[in-house]
Amino acid sequence: MALIEAKNLSKSYGTIRAVSNLSLSVERGEVIGFLGPNGAGKSTTMKLLAGYLQPDQGSARIAGFDVSESPVEAKSKLGYSPEGAPAYGEMTVKEFLHFAATLRGLKDAATRVHETLALCRLSDVAGQTVDTLSKGYRMRVGFAQAIIHDPEVLILDEPTDGLDPNQKHEVRRILAGMAERKAVIVSTHLLEEVEALCTRVVLISRGEIRCDETPKSLLARFPGKRMDEIFRHLTT
Amino acid sequence: MRAFRAILAREFLGYFRTPLAYVFLAVFNAFAVSLAFFVGSFYESGIANLDRFFIYHPWLWAFLAPAAGARLWAEERRQGTLELLLTWPVTVWQAALGKFIAAWLFLATALAMSLPMVLTVSWLGNPDLGTIACGYLGSLLCGGACLGIAAVCSALTRSQVIAFVTGFLACFILVIVGYGVLDNLLSGILPAQYVSNVARIGLWRNLEPFTLGILGIQPLTYFISVALAGLGLSTLMIERR
Repeated sequence: MALIEAKNLSKSYGTIRAVSNLSLSVERGEVIGFLGPNGAGKSTTMKLLAGYLQPDQGSARIAGFDVSESPVEAKSKLGYSPEGAPAYGEMTVKEFLHFAATLRGLKDAATRVHETLALCRLSDVAGQTVDTLSKGYRMRVGFAQAIIHDPEVLILDEPTDGLDPNQKHEVRRILAGMAERKAVIVSTHLLEEVEALCTRVVLISRGEIRCDETPKSLLARFPGKRMDEIFRHLTT
Repeated sequence: MRAFRAILAREFLGYFRTPLAYVFLAVFNAFAVSLAFFVGSFYESGIANLDRFFIYHPWLWAFLAPAAGARLWAEERRQGTLELLLTWPVTVWQAALGKFIAAWLFLATALAMSLPMVLTVSWLGNPDLGTIACGYLGSLLCGGACLGIAAVCSALTRSQVIAFVTGFLACFILVIVGYGVLDNLLSGILPAQYVSNVARIGLWRNLEPFTLGILGIQPLTYFISVALAGLGLSTLMIERR
């Protein structure tokens, strides 16, 4: 069974068609690099999968649960970090993660918070309010709340946006360490990230999938071209 | 239940994380007490009851309930945390109820801080404590009704300022309905029986029986329905965002 299953998803904002008849299936152990120019529909697709938006047509399943029909069950299997990694600014990092863990019904919330703080290297700032954190720490807080319950499905909208090269490396290291037990979708603009981390590339443009294959086979289809050249070729 | 409790606690304590709570509590009590003493001639009247204290509460709630309620949803939208909250395994209703009850408890805290008024009046005379308790209940319900309106205004926007101003205006209309000036104005346009019906939806008209120690079904239903309608409507608006 695929852990993430999207069938013919469509979503319009007024007259603008953001996602058009999109189908996607992700198995355990796969890391999908979700690529596309700004406005291509990446974030909308992720919001539909996470159950934040309702599709006009089609359906999405997370770990077998339909996102519209059994939202609570689906969401309990999902870790989702929206674009910009929002968090309650007035709470400390520890309080925020504890709140997330409590809402997820984790019995050993205190232990999980402690472990996640350590895993995401947030222990030093655990007592600081989220508002006072630098961008790098903030992004890691968003990542931390998404993995606190060790979900089977992870959907991350630009988790490395605005991070320095070391911090990017750090996020990729954590992701790589847990990827084989999960189905992961990561949206990004960093093409080198796709080559380093992802088992599959899904490239969308104007709400439609333009390619869905391994990074290797994609590169092989365009001999002698770099990833950014292929990206430009497929999306313009 | 667990999620509801966690949200309630976060929201309630959230008020005290910013200076807003302390400003709010100070303003409420400063105005509640000084309006009773200086405008309502509470002391000079020589009567040991609190109706001159409660009479200004619709004005206070019209201003302060939207101030406390503005952040309910607008702040979640502005921070982007609405997307987080609604992709955690909680229902919109759990979140909405937790938030609403937390805000109401906060209003209750402000009201509870005026209890020294009861001590004062008990020391000066021999008031009917049942009537006073009834007045407090009425005031709390009146605050809840204003909070219901504030919740709707907060669900409409990502700006706390807009949520506050629209909430205040909506509550303000319910405050002035039933005052003589507006009645005179309306009787020029509407037949007399409509004017008296319009007056019935005013906040003071419904709070007054409580301050006299009368627990009427009609005002009780009025306050509770406005609060519940506001809660329900704002939740539906968030659900259908």
